[in-house]
Amino acid sequence: MKYQSQAVAKPYFIAAIGLFIGQILFGLIMGLQYLWGDFLFPAIPFNVARMVHTNLLIVWLLFGFMGAAYYMIPEEAERELYSPKLAKLMFWVFLVAGALTVVSYLAVPYATLAKWSGNGLVATMGREFLEQPLYTKVGIVVVALVFLFNISMTLLAGRKTSISLVMILGLWGLAVFFLFSFYNPNNLVKDKYYWWWVVHLWVEGVWELILGAMLAFVLVKITGVDREVIEKWLYVIIAMTLITGIIGTGHHYFWIGTPAYWQWWGSIFSALEPIPFFMMTVFAFNMVNRRRREHPNKAATLWALGTGVMSFLGAGVWGFLHTLAPVNYYTHGSQITAAHGHMAFYGAYVMVVITMISYAMPLLRGREANSNRAQVLEMWSFWLMTIAMVFITLFLTAAGILQVWLQRISATPMSFMDTQDQLRLFYWLREFSGVIFAVGLVLYVISFFIKERKTANA
Amino acid sequence: MSGSFTKATARNIFYGGAAFFFLLFLALTFDSQQALPKRDNSQNLTPQVIRGKYLWETNDCIGCHTLLGEGAYFAPELGNVYKRRGPDFIKAWIKAQPTGTPGRRQMPNFHFNDQELDDLVQFFKYTNGINTNNWPPNIQG
Repeated sequence: MKYQSQAVAKPYFIAAIGLFIGQILFGLIMGLQYLWGDFLFPAIPFNVARMVHTNLLIVWLLFGFMGAAYYMIPEEAERELYSPKLAKLMFWVFLVAGALTVVSYLAVPYATLAKWSGNGLVATMGREFLEQPLYTKVGIVVVALVFLFNISMTLLAGRKTSISLVMILGLWGLAVFFLFSFYNPNNLVKDKYYWWWVVHLWVEGVWELILGAMLAFVLVKITGVDREVIEKWLYVIIAMTLITGIIGTGHHYFWIGTPAYWQWWGSIFSALEPIPFFMMTVFAFNMVNRRRREHPNKAATLWALGTGVMSFLGAGVWGFLHTLAPVNYYTHGSQITAAHGHMAFYGAYVMVVITMISYAMPLLRGREANSNRAQVLEMWSFWLMTIAMVFITLFLTAAGILQVWLQRISATPMSFMDTQDQLRLFYWLREFSGVIFAVGLVLYVISFFIKERKTANA
Repeated sequence: MSGSFTKATARNIFYGGAAFFFLLFLALTFDSQQALPKRDNSQNLTPQVIRGKYLWETNDCIGCHTLLGEGAYFAPELGNVYKRRGPDFIKAWIKAQPTGTPGRRQMPNFHFNDQELDDLVQFFKYTNGINTNNWPPNIQG
């Protein structure tokens, strides 16, 4: 850690991991509800559990992005953060707002929450991933603006590297496109059309800029490869991301009332979306192979390589699997979608945030890298979580293929619920994999508390 | 990637490519908006439908169901439920929840009154009338 103010990143990373644990807990609950439909009913209905699961994911990734920015930007700009106090204040605002939102999901019926929170004035709730009550949405905007002000001021006064510019561009994009969450027209087709401007243009657009910048930053640090080389790669990757990903939004416009020509635009451009992810994999391996130093943080290197591979598999390959319109006609809104969603989010965003935490956290705690024992445990958690996620994805894919066959292709299509009964084996296997994932996460948390064996140093 | 292909070139491709394709996206969006009235069933967007959509949202129906394939995958697709089940069944079904059958997936009771049930049914009827390019493949959704 070169600048004192980088330390504000630490609580952001800790909060991210804490919320991650909550997310996985609710994932396990939902997995069981797929098997025992009345599990925890009526205390936690499935829709509530899902809201908590997905919203916690979004919030902890945002914590991770913000922590990453607070760590990266001062180091890149070569100056202290504009206002560490503001960063600390926003941490608490965001944490309290996030916690209150989750508690209110669990404590009161959603309709009551909508009534209390003034959804009647500006109706924004009840749309997938954007379920937050109005005050939370406004809170996200306020926190984002203060955060952006803080890091932009830091950057303006300091050295402007390509990595920090791309990071800040991605974060500004994140804030700008979130504004579409306030637009909820009565016309369902328009509602859905612009809902994707938040969801797709986030995860297959501006978030990839953030992902690329974070990965590039860590690779510069751990490989010692010339910054010019890494930044050139970064620009090429994110260029391909936006060239394919913006029009690639069209793969969501096949069946929601939008013109049929989107089947062509969406299929062709989103079929190209794996390219930047493949380049990311090649990039990560290439830089590590050409390393000019042996960084003692092997765990961070592993996470960085893992991000490349798993984002390509999850976002790239599993995205391509069902992105062509003639395929998507059958797979749209099935367990195939769920399979892709899980591995893409894990491989791209979860892993890049953990990469950053893995690299920065030891430095924030006053050492270049963790002890060997701690790193070995962290690497165990890497393999457990990653392999478990591969299996979750494979089992959901199997469930999805069977579902599509029985419900949509067969000459005598089964009803939704009859089909679900046929998928139970795969739902069991998925839940089992989920438990393994949770074990990996527990090991990950424990790895932060492993100390060097004193005797070994003697 | 070396030689004449410099970082500045890569940066220019990024800015140029992003700007070009975003403008193209805006143009396609503009064209789509022009084409929507023929497809989106907006002529049937009555106050009742709008109230139904509000109920759909404020009870987080999307947290279990899909609507035109988007949402959660825990409960049946409802974009075509009007055609699949008809108005009377839909109302009776919502009123009868939860079934309480041990081990089965449970839908909460939302305590809708008769007017609200009609609003929801009208919303499903409107949604069913959207031109989705023949999705879903069959009545089961």
